[in-house]
Amino acid sequence: MTNYLIEKYYRTERLPHIWCPGCGNGIVLKAIVKAIDNLNLNQNEVCVVSGIGCSSRATGYLDFNTVHTTHGRALAFATGIKFANPKLHVVVITGDGDCAAIGGNHLIHAARRNIDITTIVFNNNIYGMTGGQYSPTTPTGDKGTTAPYGNIDPNFDLCELAKSAGATYVSRSTVYGVNMITKQVEEGIKNKGFSFIEILTTCPTYYGRKNKKGNAAEMIKQLNEITINVNAYNNLPQEKRENKIVIGELYKDIREEYTEKYDRLIKSF
Amino acid sequence: MTVEKIKLMQGNEACVEGAVAAGMRFFAGYPITPSTEIAEISAAKLPRVGGKFIQMEDEIASISAVIGASLAGKKAMTATSGPGFSLKQESIGYAVIAEIPCVIVNVQRGGPSTGMPTSPAQGDVMQARWGTHGDHSIIALYPSTVKEVYDTTIKAFNLAEKYRTPVILLMDEVIGHMREKVVLPREGEIKIYNRKKPTVSPEEYKPYKATDDMVPEMANIGEGYRYHVTGLVHDEFGNPTNNNVTAEELIKRLVNKIENNIDDIVEYEEYKMEDAEEVIVAYGSTARSVKSAIDILRDRGRKIGLFKPITIWPSPKKELELLGKNMKRILVVEMNMGQYLLEVERICRKYTEVKGYGRVNGELISPNEIVSFVEEG
Ligand SMILES: Cc1ncc(C[n+]2csc(CCOP(=O)(O)OP(=O)(O)O)c2C)c(N)n1
Ligand code: SF4
Repeated sequence: MTNYLIEKYYRTERLPHIWCPGCGNGIVLKAIVKAIDNLNLNQNEVCVVSGIGCSSRATGYLDFNTVHTTHGRALAFATGIKFANPKLHVVVITGDGDCAAIGGNHLIHAARRNIDITTIVFNNNIYGMTGGQYSPTTPTGDKGTTAPYGNIDPNFDLCELAKSAGATYVSRSTVYGVNMITKQVEEGIKNKGFSFIEILTTCPTYYGRKNKKGNAAEMIKQLNEITINVNAYNNLPQEKRENKIVIGELYKDIREEYTEKYDRLIKSF
Repeated sequence: MTVEKIKLMQGNEACVEGAVAAGMRFFAGYPITPSTEIAEISAAKLPRVGGKFIQMEDEIASISAVIGASLAGKKAMTATSGPGFSLKQESIGYAVIAEIPCVIVNVQRGGPSTGMPTSPAQGDVMQARWGTHGDHSIIALYPSTVKEVYDTTIKAFNLAEKYRTPVILLMDEVIGHMREKVVLPREGEIKIYNRKKPTVSPEEYKPYKATDDMVPEMANIGEGYRYHVTGLVHDEFGNPTNNNVTAEELIKRLVNKIENNIDDIVEYEEYKMEDAEEVIVAYGSTARSVKSAIDILRDRGRKIGLFKPITIWPSPKKELELLGKNMKRILVVEMNMGQYLLEVERICRKYTEVKGYGRVNGELISPNEIVSFVEEG
């Protein structure tokens, strides 16, 4: 199965990839490709857009229409692509810094418009590509090269942000549970509207080392320990909910999609 | 035969008329004086011709959406003014290196920063040339009448498509807001240039392989030619590379596809140059005052003319050099502190005297002022 997916959806001549041994990005990427395969989408009609960062390098390895844009702006480029040709399935791959710091405003507005783009955030709690600086999702107290004494910033809950801004599909999963990622990406792509999927992943090289989280395997295990499925979470008494990160499908809504709305306007003349 | 269409139009309106005539079907923008009418008129017009208008959350998002739309096959434009033009610079560089046709309008106002939002200025001439980082060439056009805005906007789209590059259309507050009568060309009279499509199968397609004119063939997203677009230095397939030879080849090709086609790109107007011994170089709204000044000076017996570059960048080097060789004096008049003067000096200084006159107080330069400058200077 893996070989089939690689042959069909990867630009094999571009491999090996640039990611460190133990990086979670490869796991996420495979789960995404599997989702696209499960949906049986025509590769020519899939456009994957990314920003800048380790995670955003993913587009270079994928055999779709791929656009590796500027730091933080993937959603703005993707908005132009989707609006210009609504027939395309547009998927955005972005990092936590790319999506929530420099690109935060684009996230809010893409969600508000409910434009049919599936946004997949590779959240490794750190700026990987630039060498381990703290990001908007670095937990308070954790270290980065620019937070040598511990980060004093509160960290973002990206799913809450996307939901409040107007996303119509919001979910979270981790690289511990690949099947859950695949399922969520499938649902995200199927949703006619703005879908937001946060995937907790590992950067052993910077986040792991700076915060003494152990090796890649140990980090992935920890992701399992700190997360809880949304159904189980809802059954927990209030006092046991603290410090748990909820995974699963967190929010769904039905609202008219942006490009369809505009097409109605065009047809009205 | 279709009848001639005569319309009284504002510069900003002529820009949209020209853009739609050239095939613009996508506009993304963010409001800013004195360019806002371009967005407003696009919002009204585009859906009526099956096009798309979107007001983005800022200028960075606008240029990014425009580039995305162009990749997906639409002729696309954004319009802004000084502060917004600054915000767009990073993505303009992206369009340069990834070779994505698009048009960026900058209706200049006084700067720096918020400056003088409702006053004319020509302070972004050098920013148009060098606003984005890194070595690159750029095409920037600058009309000085409402009819010229119409024609030049069409030309901007044609050059963007032909050379697969962002084209900057500079205007100033006066040109943007001035109303003049425009005789629109009849249908079929407008020459339209569309990007070259692939002539090979998807298997054989190399998205960044230069053809004879150094411009690669461009497949739109969704047409079955899957490839990678990146702002990183890349090879013929669009794949990122650190190879020094490939890097040098790419950067030089991107510059040369413009610089080596300068004769095709350059456009200018000459006024009363037949027997001129002196010349004033001016562009945009300033060129209008210069024309009046020349009429006055001619009445007083002075053999003086105007050279008005419409293509500001790449500068008309050959023509300027010839002026340097033939003129006793070259005067550059502009609403800034000598930006184009630098370029004219660079080309002409070794042949003749070059002098500049500038103004940065938010007022137009008047014909009388120019007359005094010529007579006294
Ligand atoms: C405008 C701009 N600012 C800064 C950078 C430098 N930069 C590159 S990647 C990056 C952060 C990436 O972090 P994240 O989005 O979390 O992705 P990761 O590398 O962790 O996958 C930064 C700051 C840039 N390329 N462009
Ligand atoms: S630095 Fe971190 S995020 Fe980047 S490739 Fe290495 S492990 Fe992955």
